Amino acid sequence: MIVYILCFILFQVGLFGILTSRNIIKIVIGLSFMEFSVYLFLVLIGYIENASAPILTGNPAQTNFVDPLPQAMVLTAIVIGLATKGMLLTMAIRIYKKFGTFDIRKVTSLKG
Amino acid sequence: MHNLIPLFIVIPLASAFLVPVIGRLIKGFSKIITLTAFLCLLLLSLNYIFLSDFSPIIYKIGGWEPVENIPIAIYLVLDSFSIFMLCIINVMAFLSALYSVSYIEKYTGINNFYTLLCIMVAGLNGIVLTGDLFNLYVFLEITVIASYALVAFGTEKEELEASFKYQVLGGIATAMILFSIGLIYWYTKTLNIADISEILQTSEDHRLIEFSQLMLIAGFGLKAAIMPFHGWLPDAHSSAPSPISAMLSGVVIKAAGLYVLFRLFFNMYVISFDIGVLITAIGTLSMVVGVFLAIGQWDLKRLLAYHSISQMGYVILGVGMGMLILAKNGNKTLAALAIGGGLFHLVNHAVFKGLLFLNAGAIEYTLGTRDLKKMGGLYSKMPVTSVTSLSASLAISGIPPFNGFFSKLIIILAAVQARFYLLAVLAVVVSIITLASFMKFQRYAFFNTSAPKKVIKEVPLSMTAVMIFMAVLCLGLSLLILPDIRDSFLGPAVNVLLDTTNYSTVILGN
Repeated sequence: MIVYILCFILFQVGLFGILTSRNIIKIVIGLSFMEFSVYLFLVLIGYIENASAPILTGNPAQTNFVDPLPQAMVLTAIVIGLATKGMLLTMAIRIYKKFGTFDIRKVTSLKG
Repeated sequence: MHNLIPLFIVIPLASAFLVPVIGRLIKGFSKIITLTAFLCLLLLSLNYIFLSDFSPIIYKIGGWEPVENIPIAIYLVLDSFSIFMLCIINVMAFLSALYSVSYIEKYTGINNFYTLLCIMVAGLNGIVLTGDLFNLYVFLEITVIASYALVAFGTEKEELEASFKYQVLGGIATAMILFSIGLIYWYTKTLNIADISEILQTSEDHRLIEFSQLMLIAGFGLKAAIMPFHGWLPDAHSSAPSPISAMLSGVVIKAAGLYVLFRLFFNMYVISFDIGVLITAIGTLSMVVGVFLAIGQWDLKRLLAYHSISQMGYVILGVGMGMLILAKNGNKTLAALAIGGGLFHLVNHAVFKGLLFLNAGAIEYTLGTRDLKKMGGLYSKMPVTSVTSLSASLAISGIPPFNGFFSKLIIILAAVQARFYLLAVLAVVVSIITLASFMKFQRYAFFNTSAPKKVIKEVPLSMTAVMIFMAVLCLGLSLLILPDIRDSFLGPAVNVLLDTTNYSTVILGN
C-alpha cells in the first residue's frame, strides 16, 4: 500500500512544481514527474508478488505470471511522453530566443 | 464494407507520410495530395450515412476473434454516433484544407503545415472510431501533439506563448486521463470499452470508479475547455493560423473532449444522477461565464474563441439534461429531445464557428490586423466576407431561419418540459448577450464608416468559395429539424446515447 501512496505523492510533487515554479524548464521537469508517477502506477497495478515474468517455458508448475499488458501500455506511453517532452523543450528554446528569458512571468504578450 | 473502416486512419497517415517526402521534390504536390485524401475521407463518411442500416460495424485489428467471449483484438467500432462525428470532422477538414490553399501562402514551410494537418485528422478519426480505452489515449495524443505544433506555426512571441500554455495544460490533462485509464484497468482487468461496460453493470458501486470518473471529467474537461479548465483556449485558438482555428474550435474540442465524455459516461459507465448534475452544472457555468468574458474583447479571434466556450456550454447543457432525465428513469422521449438538441447544436457550432474563424482569417489576410477598432467599412470592399459572416453571426445568435435558432430552441424546449426553468431562462439570456456581442463585431468590422486607408480587395477564390459553401450549410442544416432528414443523421446518433447499457451487448454480441 505504501508504494501506491508514494506514487501518488510523486504525482502531487509534479503538480506542485508546475504550479509554483517560474522557470519554464522547471515546469517541464514538473510535468515529467507527473507522467513518471503515472507510469509507475501502471507498472504497479500489473505486479503480482512472487510471480514470474510472463514467458511460457513449458514448466507446468509455473502458473503465476505478472500481468504483461500494463508494461506494454507503459512502453507506448513513454514513447508518447518523449514526443511531448521534445515538443515542450523545442518550444522552450524558441521562447528563450524570442523573449530572452526562461522566466514565465516575463512571457506575457497575451492578455485578456 | 467491413474492411473500409481502417481507411479513415490509414489515408490521412499515408498522405502525412507522402507530403514531406514527395512534396519536397514537386511544387504544389502537398496541396493536391492532402485535398485528394480529405475528399476521399469525406466521400467515405458520407457513404456511411446514406448506405448504413444503423447497426454498428466492428473491425477487429489483426482479425483476432474473441476467446471465451473475452475480446482480444483492438476494436474499431463504427456506430451511428461515430458516423455523425466522422462527417463533421471530415467535412470541416476538407473545407479547412481547401481554404488554406491560398491562405497559407504567407507562411513558410507549407509542407509541414499539411503534414501536421493530416496527422491531426488521422488522430481525430481514430478517437472517434476506437473501441479501446488505451488506443483512445494514443489517438488523443496524436491529435494534440499535432495541434500544439500547429498553434505555434507562426513562431512569433504570441504563438509560442499560447502553444506553451496549451502544452502544459494538455500535459496535465494527459497525465490525469492515463491515471484514470490505469484505475479502470485495475478494477476491471480489461481495456475494451464494451467489456468494461459489461463488468461495471454487474458490479456494485466502488470508490475507485467514482474517482476515475472525476479524473476523466477533469482530463477531458481540460481538452474540451469547459469552464473551470478553459484558460488555454482563447490564447491557443486565437494564435493559430485561421484554418487551424476553425479546425480547433469546430472539431478538436468536440471530438477530443466532448465526444469522449459523452461516449464514456453514457455507454461505458452506469449513468449516475450525481455525475449528471456535475456535467450539467459545468455546462451551464461555461455557457454563462464564457459569454460574459467574450463581450469585452476587441481582438476578433479572441472574441470568437470565448464564444466557443459559451456555445460548448449549450451542447453540454443539452446532453447533461438528457443524462439527468435518464438517471431518474424519466420520460425517454424527453431525454431524446434534450440529447438531440445538444448534438444538433454540436454540428451547428462546428459549421458556424468554423465559418466565423475563416471570415476572421479573410479579414486578417487583407488588413493584417485582428483588432476590431482598426477595421471598418469593409462591407463594400469585401462583400462575400461580409455577407457570409453576417449569416454566421445570425446563426450563432439564434435568429430564425438559421440553424443555431432551431438547436437552441430544442434545448430550451427540453429544459422547460423537464422543468429546469432556471436553465431555460439562462439559455435565453446567454443567447441575447451573444447577439449583442456579434452586433458589435458586425458594426465595427463591416458597417463603420471610418474605413482604413489601405487598398482592400476581396480574398482569393478558394477562400471565398469555402466561405459561401459554409454559409449555405448554415442555412441548409436547419433542415435537420424535419423528421425525415433528422432520422437519417441525427436520430441514430441520439439513439446510441439513449441505449446506454445496450452498447456492450451490441458490440460483444457480434
